[in-house]
Amino acid sequence: MPRRLVLRGVALLYLFVILLAPLAMVFYRTFQHGLEPVWQTLSDPFTVHAFEITLIAAAIAVPLNTLFGVLCALAIVRRRFRGKGLLNAFIDLPLAVSPVVVGLALYLLYGRTGWFGPWLGAHGIQVLFALPAIVLATIFVSVPFVAREVIPTLRELGNEQEQAAATLGATRWQRFWRITLPSIRWAVIYGVILTTARCLGEFGAVAVVSGRIEGQTETATIRVDDLVQNFQTSGAYAISVVLAGIAIVVLALMMLIKPKEAV
Amino acid sequence: MVLPLAALLWEAKKSGKEGFWQAISNPDAVAALKLTFGAAFVVVLINAVLGTVTAWVLVRDDFRGKSLVNSVIDLPFALPTIVAGLTLLALYGPNSVVGIHLAFTRAAIVLALCFVTLPFVIRTVQPVLIELDVEMEEAARSLGAGQFTVFRKIVLPNILPGILSGSVLALARALGEIGSLILVAGATVHTTVASIYVFQLIQDGDSAGAAAVAMVLLAAAFVILLFVGALRFYVTRFERA
Repeated sequence: MPRRLVLRGVALLYLFVILLAPLAMVFYRTFQHGLEPVWQTLSDPFTVHAFEITLIAAAIAVPLNTLFGVLCALAIVRRRFRGKGLLNAFIDLPLAVSPVVVGLALYLLYGRTGWFGPWLGAHGIQVLFALPAIVLATIFVSVPFVAREVIPTLRELGNEQEQAAATLGATRWQRFWRITLPSIRWAVIYGVILTTARCLGEFGAVAVVSGRIEGQTETATIRVDDLVQNFQTSGAYAISVVLAGIAIVVLALMMLIKPKEAV
Repeated sequence: MVLPLAALLWEAKKSGKEGFWQAISNPDAVAALKLTFGAAFVVVLINAVLGTVTAWVLVRDDFRGKSLVNSVIDLPFALPTIVAGLTLLALYGPNSVVGIHLAFTRAAIVLALCFVTLPFVIRTVQPVLIELDVEMEEAARSLGAGQFTVFRKIVLPNILPGILSGSVLALARALGEIGSLILVAGATVHTTVASIYVFQLIQDGDSAGAAAVAMVLLAAAFVILLFVGALRFYVTRFERA
């Protein structure tokens, strides 16, 4: 059927032009002079440090948001309370609002003239243009993912099993560990993967609050921008390939988990 | 989350109504906002059409490597936006191998936004298409409906809520995008989008002006979330009854 082939052609061409060809190009540009220069640019101390900052921020943000996401999902699905609809909408906000706006909000809160600024300054705590602000920005933008994955699973699950366990004398804690958590396990893992990807890739919010000091408050993504602006594109390509590699691993993990979720 | 947003509201209110309007109606701000909304709508239209086509191909068509194509769709979600920008710059920027040089043009903005919002419509339409009963279409065809009529009368009404919610989410994303644009579009006179404009104001120390423009973006995000919520409510109206 020719119509089918035309549609297939249109879809695949679009994906190729916009997604695959550019990505392939970055890999080609990175490795066109072999592995040696890539390794050299990646072992640049500032670049290594930028990756460290990114990893630290992710290592703090991911567990926190996992815990928060599971608790929020439980509250939204299982409890009735005032302002539930508001909480539900609020969780999604970081998905809809510009990361720059998030950065600005943090900047206004912790900056020198901000609400907490004077107090923090008086106690010698540096938040803005330092690691804490980077961590806060990363946490903010990656809030929704775990809750968004867990909420539909919890809804579908229902609570009959938990009620049965309760009639048999299981405590609330036992019910959570033995019944709820194992059933939402894959949704949580899926959410964690998405959260991690978002944390590692955050740019807009961190760009506002980090101060972008080379070797101190640069994350990997900021470093890419910085290197391109300074015409050191080979370094930017090398970092990008590492980040793209992580993204591809993330995709592979998602593919492995999805079928299990359906069973 | 609440505190930073409250601080943002506070800063926007501090300069009063007058200051707010001044910051918003400043020619640079107007140009940035116009460009942002214009580009976002163009991109959403492109992805609504091509996203629906892609979703249809992924559900109804069958070819080798389909599952691989299916998993590649999520790449823009997993890939850092700055890397997305760099990949586009590598192919469509200066010394491009295909001879297309779009860097720092408005076409580059559309291209980058198409990249980052690609999965939304596909991922909302796909599940609906999978659930959709082929028998309905066969029945219509057996009664003499042409392909176009079948699509318009049966397929489209069913997938329309999916297309809409995906498009609106894509719109939200496109309005706030910065990472992928900063490298390919930059901050030239006619390619500064709202996010980059806010970013510049912050760097210049004009946090009141930045807060005012940010409020516009935040309000747009709220409206979009409300719309998505209402749409979800409408779609599940039979289940709830």
